[in-house]
Amino acid sequence: MLHMICCVKQVPDPETPASQFKVDEAAKKVLPAPGIDPVADEYAILGVEAALRIREALGEAKITILTLGPEAARDSVKKALAMGADEGVQLTDKAFEDGDSFATARALAAAIKKMEPFDIVFCGRQAPDWDVGVTPSVIAELLGLPCVTRACEVKVSDGTLTVERVLMDGFETVEVRLPAVVTISNELGEPRYPQLREIMAAARKPVAAWSAADLGLDPSQVGAAGSVLSLDRLYVPVQEAQCEFIEGETMEEAAEKLATKLREAKLI
Amino acid sequence: MANESGVLVVAETAEGAVAAITLEVLGAARRLADKLGQPVQAALLGQGVEPLAQGLIAAGADKVYVVDQPILAEYQTDAFVPAVEKVCREANPSIVLLGQTDVGRDLGPRLAFRLGTAVAMDCLDLAIGDSRLVMTRACYGGNANAQHTCKTMPQMATVRVKSQEPLAPDASRQGQVIKVAVDIDPAAVRTKITGRRKEEAEGIRLEDAEVIVGGGRGVGSLDGFQTLTELADLMKGAVGSTRAACDAGFCSVATQIGLTGKVVSPALYIAVGISGASQHMAGLSGAKNIVAINKDPEANVFRYCRYGIVSDWKAVIPPFLNKVRQLRAG
Repeated sequence: MLHMICCVKQVPDPETPASQFKVDEAAKKVLPAPGIDPVADEYAILGVEAALRIREALGEAKITILTLGPEAARDSVKKALAMGADEGVQLTDKAFEDGDSFATARALAAAIKKMEPFDIVFCGRQAPDWDVGVTPSVIAELLGLPCVTRACEVKVSDGTLTVERVLMDGFETVEVRLPAVVTISNELGEPRYPQLREIMAAARKPVAAWSAADLGLDPSQVGAAGSVLSLDRLYVPVQEAQCEFIEGETMEEAAEKLATKLREAKLI
Repeated sequence: MANESGVLVVAETAEGAVAAITLEVLGAARRLADKLGQPVQAALLGQGVEPLAQGLIAAGADKVYVVDQPILAEYQTDAFVPAVEKVCREANPSIVLLGQTDVGRDLGPRLAFRLGTAVAMDCLDLAIGDSRLVMTRACYGGNANAQHTCKTMPQMATVRVKSQEPLAPDASRQGQVIKVAVDIDPAAVRTKITGRRKEEAEGIRLEDAEVIVGGGRGVGSLDGFQTLTELADLMKGAVGSTRAACDAGFCSVATQIGLTGKVVSPALYIAVGISGASQHMAGLSGAKNIVAINKDPEANVFRYCRYGIVSDWKAVIPPFLNKVRQLRAG
């Protein structure tokens, strides 16, 4: 039976209005916006959706959710289980925290190896907190696998993956033999929304917790200790534009004033 | 490896010429190298690309490592990664730079891994501080900036399109061209490209447009986008959009501007029915003048604007279009 592992991350809600986005510069961390809960990375959730579509096409498959994060990240695992995944694994050791993409990939790759045999590892194209998009490629390097990025459609047939992926100026179709790592882009479409019954069933699905020791990793190899890219500053850049609001007796007048100003500025 | 020296740029080619992003990255490389007192190197990979080496020297490179082999005709991870790795080991640079492009996003992380180092992606700014590379990149959807340094060598970064100035090309610049042969087993290439289709919006390329009319979900319909297209055509510009407008089916993904879309640098960007979510504004980091029309006076987009009108766009764009037509005719 095909085994697919979906890496899911919990992040501050990307829909947080800019006016409520605040950074603690001393701690180099984002301050959680009051009343706005963290969410599961939308691209990673599409990875779960891609796995579920493959399962539907094949009739059966095993889907495991893997997450690295604090205990609260369990909510993202539960959401993926409610969508239809079978079981979860959480890496919640403090040693895993604050790693750069390479240190994080080391922990995830070790966990994935521990879950062998597997056929596909799904990740989101980039997590909407750091927006980096490096971890999946490094997981692939560590496991000696090919990695196909920004997939908008994924099909499996006879041990071969056919992926349609998004390029900067179009699309490309790629074939690769399993096992492989695939990252998913929003063009895949809409993820399914679990019904209450499925949410309740998810509570009974097993979620294991693994530490660095469980993965045979020394704390110096993962998290902040295992990172070579240091975060020296995190700050909100100041927007310097001073907007001149154009008004008029009618909107028509305002529109014409705007056109005239832009013409005077030689912009049109 | 020790005694690393040099700022190495992994060059990209497009349609038989050096890609614009490479010229931009070479400009940045030259400025960094001059501060460090180190040379600028370039890695030029492909098939039939050797003649382009001179162009890289004119754009700032002191040494060009050329790997010209049929297996490199098209970018494939498993062919390019070992080839660029070999060049890097031979050149022994202290810094490696790539463009944040389809190639850079794929090659950067894997090359960094093979060289035992890390890479900072999509950097907006590169500087030298205490002889180290200081890399600034946007994160949290463009809401925040992060500044990084790397503890290992070479220090690596991918560079955002249109964030760096290229040098004025100097055909009289001298440089060295070094040919490198790499042994790549075709059987080692694990991915097979079986199809490709370009999907470019008609008319002027967004990345080149001096005037862009951008539509958000607030435009409301395909017809709405038709009106924006009419305006863009009149101003000899291009039409852009937000991810929300694309997801709603009002426009083609080829028009999407933002963190996961295109990065543009027009002299004028007119944002119509766009709230100004940072993920969209991240694609406008190069826009010189932003004007917005939005019903909501508190819309985030106004923080980036030179001019704004608070209104339903349908009351503003048609008379704006007519006035522009009049001004251009007169």
